[in-house]
Amino acid sequence: MNQWKNFSKGFIRENAVFTLFLGLCPTLGVTTTAVNGLGMGIATTFVLVMSNLVVSLIKNLIPNKVRIPCFIVIIASFVTVVELVMKGYAPVLFDALGIFIPLIVVNCLVLGRAEAFASKNTIWSSLVDGMGMGLGFTMALTVLGAVREILGSGAFFGLKMISGEAMLLFILPPGAFIALGYLILLANILKEKTT
Amino acid sequence: MEYVLIIIAAVFVSNIVLNQFLGICPFIGVSGKVDTALGMTGAVTFVMVISTLVTYLIYHLILVPFDITYLRTITFILVIASLVQMVEIILKKISPPLYQALGIYLPLITTNCAVLGVAVLAVQKDFNLLGSTVFAIGNAIGFGLALITFSGIREQLDLLNVPARMKGVPIAFIVAGLMALAFMGFAGIV
Repeated sequence: MNQWKNFSKGFIRENAVFTLFLGLCPTLGVTTTAVNGLGMGIATTFVLVMSNLVVSLIKNLIPNKVRIPCFIVIIASFVTVVELVMKGYAPVLFDALGIFIPLIVVNCLVLGRAEAFASKNTIWSSLVDGMGMGLGFTMALTVLGAVREILGSGAFFGLKMISGEAMLLFILPPGAFIALGYLILLANILKEKTT
Repeated sequence: MEYVLIIIAAVFVSNIVLNQFLGICPFIGVSGKVDTALGMTGAVTFVMVISTLVTYLIYHLILVPFDITYLRTITFILVIASLVQMVEIILKKISPPLYQALGIYLPLITTNCAVLGVAVLAVQKDFNLLGSTVFAIGNAIGFGLALITFSGIREQLDLLNVPARMKGVPIAFIVAGLMALAFMGFAGIV
């Protein structure tokens, strides 16, 4: 398989958020700022790459009937690793992401890639796939976070850009839904242009 | 009174879907028709209440005494996954009609973040056993309220003349945003 194609599909063509609509809970929940989106994206990417790697390593050892519980245990172990590391080294980010860190376990993107890709492909392809999908997810979260931060608090990565009143709505929950709706629309237009 | 406030807070003020962003996947995925939304709500309510009860007991009777609370995430997801399986088998045996109705939605619930989210939140918020159960019931009602209302709106939306590129998911998100805006009106009542 062409590895570059395998890697780059996660950015637009099969982007988790904009095209497949997977992992939407953290996408909406943590993206009040670009930094939070980036942090969540990196944490998810780590779990995705590691679980893809382990699943594809032991895919022949797992009986078919109990494969889903096995995948979940593998994923949950890496999520616990992320939880403990982040609590120790990035406590501010850990508090900002809150409940969504343990919830990486049930992120449909991670389990979806384990089931649909890593359990059927070679180790190297699974690794590349995990990285591509993870980076695409990170990009989507960072873009959504940046849009909400600029519109909602007039700042970009914490730097104040616009003085005066900003549209507070975009920091609040309704703004997350509306901003993501329009971003998906933009991604659709982009896809039509490129194909 | 305290428990009434927990329910009102969970249903309206910090609605699990529109305010906490948990369970967005079924919210967008199975909200096309009111019937399927009702089925999903039934299955989620069932599993959410039982799993919160069981995980509460496991957390306070096993994880805390042995000081292994860092295993929380792994334990909870395993408990939920096996509970879903068990509920499926029991329902098949004792109530085939209910099993028929909930059937296809049950396996999906394992990866519904609302279920794991409520179990983790109930432990984090230091509720007692009754409080956790009430909290789970309140959140299940909140999930049902949001999902069923939303599916009603989406059924109407199919008949409207929406611009081609906005059809489907983008317009659904805008509608959800407006619903969340309406729910913000409840802020501060508890």
